[in-house]
Amino acid sequence: MSRTVWILLQLRDGKLHRMAREAITAGQALATAVGGRASAVIVGHETDAASQEAAAFDLDAVWVADDAKLAAYTPGAFVGTLVQAVRGAEVAPDYLVAPHTYQSVDFVPRLGQQLDAAVVPEAVSFEAADDGMVFRRPIMGGKLQARVRTRGEGLAVVTVQSGAFSASDATAGSADVRALSIDFSTVAADREILGVEQVGGDQVDLSKADIVVAVGRGVGGEDKMQPIHDLAEALGADIGASRPVIDNGWLPRDRQIGSSGQTVAPKLYVAAGISGAIQHLVGMKSASCVVAINKDASAPIFSVAQYGLVGDLHEILPVLTEAVKAAKAS
Amino acid sequence: MKIAVCIKQVPDTEARLRVRKDGRWVEEEDLPFVINESDNYALEEALAIAEQRGGEVVVISLGPARVKDALRKALALGAKRAIHLADAAFDGGDAAATARALAAVIEREGCDLVLTGSQSDDAGWGSTGSIVAGHLDWPHAWLVMGLEVEDGGSAKVTREMESGMNEVFRLQLPAVIEVQAGINHPRYASLKGIMQAKRKPIDTPTPAEIGLSADGVGAAGSKIEVLDVAFPSSGEGAEMIEGDAAAMVATLVEKLQREARVL
Repeated sequence: MSRTVWILLQLRDGKLHRMAREAITAGQALATAVGGRASAVIVGHETDAASQEAAAFDLDAVWVADDAKLAAYTPGAFVGTLVQAVRGAEVAPDYLVAPHTYQSVDFVPRLGQQLDAAVVPEAVSFEAADDGMVFRRPIMGGKLQARVRTRGEGLAVVTVQSGAFSASDATAGSADVRALSIDFSTVAADREILGVEQVGGDQVDLSKADIVVAVGRGVGGEDKMQPIHDLAEALGADIGASRPVIDNGWLPRDRQIGSSGQTVAPKLYVAAGISGAIQHLVGMKSASCVVAINKDASAPIFSVAQYGLVGDLHEILPVLTEAVKAAKAS
Repeated sequence: MKIAVCIKQVPDTEARLRVRKDGRWVEEEDLPFVINESDNYALEEALAIAEQRGGEVVVISLGPARVKDALRKALALGAKRAIHLADAAFDGGDAAATARALAAVIEREGCDLVLTGSQSDDAGWGSTGSIVAGHLDWPHAWLVMGLEVEDGGSAKVTREMESGMNEVFRLQLPAVIEVQAGINHPRYASLKGIMQAKRKPIDTPTPAEIGLSADGVGAAGSKIEVLDVAFPSSGEGAEMIEGDAAAMVATLVEKLQREARVL
């Protein structure tokens, strides 16, 4: 029996979100793996530009739900629309694939609950097994990966982790844009949107920093930050941090690097005491050279680092600072 | 107002992990367990709201006997009562099965607000609270960085978006609010609180007592099955530099100068 994959495309400023393109790659690959075809689904308002973008991919169709009630994202309106779309589909989908964005994570589990589906968050890969699909996803803050299987024949909803699939690998083609038949009189927002604000004013712009010394929870406290400052000064680096450091108030929020903070792309990135949760990795994966220093040899930061040093940063950093000074003086 | 806080007990994020013999999860023997980080912030938020507006905090957790420690700690911090879904039938569930049980407890309790963390530091489904809200047919919000309960039964919510932006909106209570770590500064337990916690009640209902059948919860009620867990392959990782601090640094500096040419 042919399988149907729907790819939920997130929009940003009327265009496809960067991660929507990664979701297209993932959805096409999943369709191939299960022996089926993929279609795209766009939910929003004034969606013409985005649906034309999506129509240039190898998809069965680009299904569109366009209504003023969907102009601003709310889980109530999005879930209400998509539940109708799935239940009223000519060919019901077997899989829904969405990018693992903060918007998707907000509403996709609830969509899964309403449709009595299996929900697989944050998939980084999948493979066909004898009795269905097996998905790989990070657990324990990315220290381990679990292989999970969905039980039964029903709908599975999968969100795919940022960077797990490449946007440039999506197969081009030509798809028809078609309107979903939705009764919008029963669709209602469950939030009154008041506005969007910048976090903490962002006085510090780390995006153009040449060298970044980034510190994580492993530094051990606000009063133990001196080696970080010393190394940053010796290297002429800017200081960044992973989220726990910010949450504990050891550095101001505008130093945060990661999915909810800043994105950096320096030529040298020294990660000290950072375990490397995916939320941090997405903010620094474009660094040219990453040096990781961590006492836990299994920390995921080592999987993105070029050079890894296992040990106590309080022992290593002072020695490194002196060596950098000596190297620069010679 | 009556506020329920759903917490999870998870391995300490600093702990060394080993894969269990059967390969399906981490070895829990000798592993230190703590209250999940974002759940700690959810508890603090609930206690602060109850102090400001009057009301009580009920803390709920699902898991084996060890979870009692997490509940005692929450009681020591100021929760009034605890509910422990300790029956073995609740074990091994995915987010949907766990949420089904939590929603049934919350419905039985009759709450005005449910707070929980956005994501657990172990399984990391990031979806349990949203599914609870779906069962209750209440609004929800995930990754909340600001919460202001307003007169008239609404709440103003600040939610984190990507790239350092926050979205601000209002929703109607009752609702499920999934908070992000960093929303507040969690308190420490006082000695008095710890003493009082010993006398506070911990209720342990069975699935039947919350109106659910045993095959609708735990592993039997799940649509997701964990086949195995493993450390990601190390082959694609970093070039590991060995030695004592001085030797490692000497090698590193040379490589940064000659190989990577960034120094």
